[in-house]
Amino acid sequence: MTTPLLEITDATKIYGGGFLQGGKKVVALQNFNLTIPADTPKIVTIAGESGSGKSTLANLVLGFTPLTSGKITFTGHDLSKLTKEERGIYRRHVQVVFQDPYAVYNPFYRVGHIYDLIIKNFKLAKSKKEGRELIEEALNVVGMQGDEVLHKYPHQLSGGQRQRMMVARAYLLKPDLIVADEPVSMVDASLRAMILDIMLRLRDDYGISFLYITHDLSTAYQIGDDIYLLYQGSIAESGSTTEVIENPKHPYVQQLIGSIPVPDPDQKWDSEISLPDDELMRSHTDSGCRFYARCTHHWEKCLTTQPLLYQINGSSHQAACYLYADEK
Amino acid sequence: MSTNPKSGTQNNNGHSDVALDVRDLRVHYKTPEGDVIAVNGISFKVYKGELVGLVGESGCGKTTAAMGILRLVQPPGRIMGGRVMLDGDMDIINLGNKELRRARWTQIALVPQGAMNSLNPTMRVKDQIKDAIETHEGRQSKAVLKERTLDLLALVGLPSRTFNMYPHELSGGMKQRVCIAMAIVLNPILVIADEPTSALDVIVQRVVAQTMLDIKKRLGVSMIMIGHDMGLMAQMVDRVAVMYAGNLVEIAPVRAAMKAPMHPYTQLLIESIPSIKERKPLKLTEGLTHDLRNPPPGCIFQFRCPHVAETCRTQKPPMLEIQTRHGVACHLYKPEETA
Repeated sequence: MTTPLLEITDATKIYGGGFLQGGKKVVALQNFNLTIPADTPKIVTIAGESGSGKSTLANLVLGFTPLTSGKITFTGHDLSKLTKEERGIYRRHVQVVFQDPYAVYNPFYRVGHIYDLIIKNFKLAKSKKEGRELIEEALNVVGMQGDEVLHKYPHQLSGGQRQRMMVARAYLLKPDLIVADEPVSMVDASLRAMILDIMLRLRDDYGISFLYITHDLSTAYQIGDDIYLLYQGSIAESGSTTEVIENPKHPYVQQLIGSIPVPDPDQKWDSEISLPDDELMRSHTDSGCRFYARCTHHWEKCLTTQPLLYQINGSSHQAACYLYADEK
Repeated sequence: MSTNPKSGTQNNNGHSDVALDVRDLRVHYKTPEGDVIAVNGISFKVYKGELVGLVGESGCGKTTAAMGILRLVQPPGRIMGGRVMLDGDMDIINLGNKELRRARWTQIALVPQGAMNSLNPTMRVKDQIKDAIETHEGRQSKAVLKERTLDLLALVGLPSRTFNMYPHELSGGMKQRVCIAMAIVLNPILVIADEPTSALDVIVQRVVAQTMLDIKKRLGVSMIMIGHDMGLMAQMVDRVAVMYAGNLVEIAPVRAAMKAPMHPYTQLLIESIPSIKERKPLKLTEGLTHDLRNPPPGCIFQFRCPHVAETCRTQKPPMLEIQTRHGVACHLYKPEETA
């Protein structure tokens, strides 16, 4: 087994707990494990509702915030122990595409500026002409031409164009991994497919892996290889995307997938659902299963100890629910 | 469960089953380089007790059209023409300022985009609802207000303790339901909800959608829901109105729109929905392709249409009523076919 590209072991992130917060702790991510192999590029989806910890995970992988405990290694190097120089190299190999293509551009600069900066900072080109060729190549990958867009200001471009340019910017450095934090949630449905298609092509033609962070399971289903579904900081279910979405096991994931509106008036939501009060929903977070308040199965052990991830049918499909404890 | 009976002001017009009749509504935005035609003469009807979904990509004019209906277009926007007939005889566009003020909220209410962030953070839920009631109906006794408010909260499925809470104590879904409650407090004929569930998690979205459907059923109120999630539309609405670049291209019963869309743009919109049921190759499309200041002569969709013909370049297709309550504006369909 070769060294994996990205390996996250027992990652836990706790916010707060300091004097100013009155000792209140928020467990944003708990004992999270994930591996992206180095030899086969993959699109790995991290999905979950707001507050489930998916953006915390992105921040941890990007090194924006340190871990409370656990370890993240990139090609065998521990992220927390990188020297300044190694950190620079890491930045080059791991790139990011953010959610909001309207907020990431400086409105006072022409859009070409974002590329010029990268080329300067990472010393990618010896001459202006060489730099321009690199930019042109990156833009062609996302189906754009330099002459059409580089001289424009951000407000002259559509959301879809801006987001494609951000993907091109990430590609410019020829990274091994792109962290895509909700890259299509602010882009129109009709343009979404284009960006997803670019992600697929970058994986297949250029061997770039993605950490695709999203709340939208239908896009994950269309392009994702592996999926990790988070619920309040813990993995509820993981496995291959098709398997998990076509055959969800965890009660939360079942409810989640059952709630996605199907674009067919003949397949309406099957039943009414209701949510318990917020207070109740948070009250079982210290011990026991975090989904207890919303779950339909109420067993005693659900309240006392948090369920581990149990394997389903001996495959890579795992669910953190006692329903599958015997199958181990 | 007691809700206010409909007040007598609104049934003096006979027995029309049309709640809202929009005729040739035009809204332009003034810019130094010429007017942006945001809403280019749209006409449609909303029947009583009907939920119409208004869909289209961002920038197609859905929100502007809704603001036009409410006469809430802000400068540099301007309503350039058209009529908005509410409940048969009241033309919102030509109403005097005083009557307009009275009509808003009592006859036609809005749940604005990002409504849950429009609640006043310093006021309790009960006081915000009280404001709405007293502004339009004058001072009320405490007991009456409390009863009405509690009934209202129950109607949108909120626990009674919400009454005394501040917005920051509520979750997103609860805040959204407070906003829906406020929209229906004065029993309007029509509620316009602008992306009422777009910032919510999938499960919460389902709860809010259920709330809206429940209200529609119980109060018989007509609704226009603006959105872009075709899945949600399929679950909720009775008819779908599809806008493209300021024009209404098709309005159809939801089943027809989803299963057999007629306008090429509707077809494209339906095809591009990512599915959770089957993994299929991605369908690539371009976005808006022309400058909204200079719409091309002829059909608005001609640059992206796979069926474009010579007539499409020169003549704007009229909205044809192909079937009952199903209109489409496309040269592919001829009036003869309806006969």
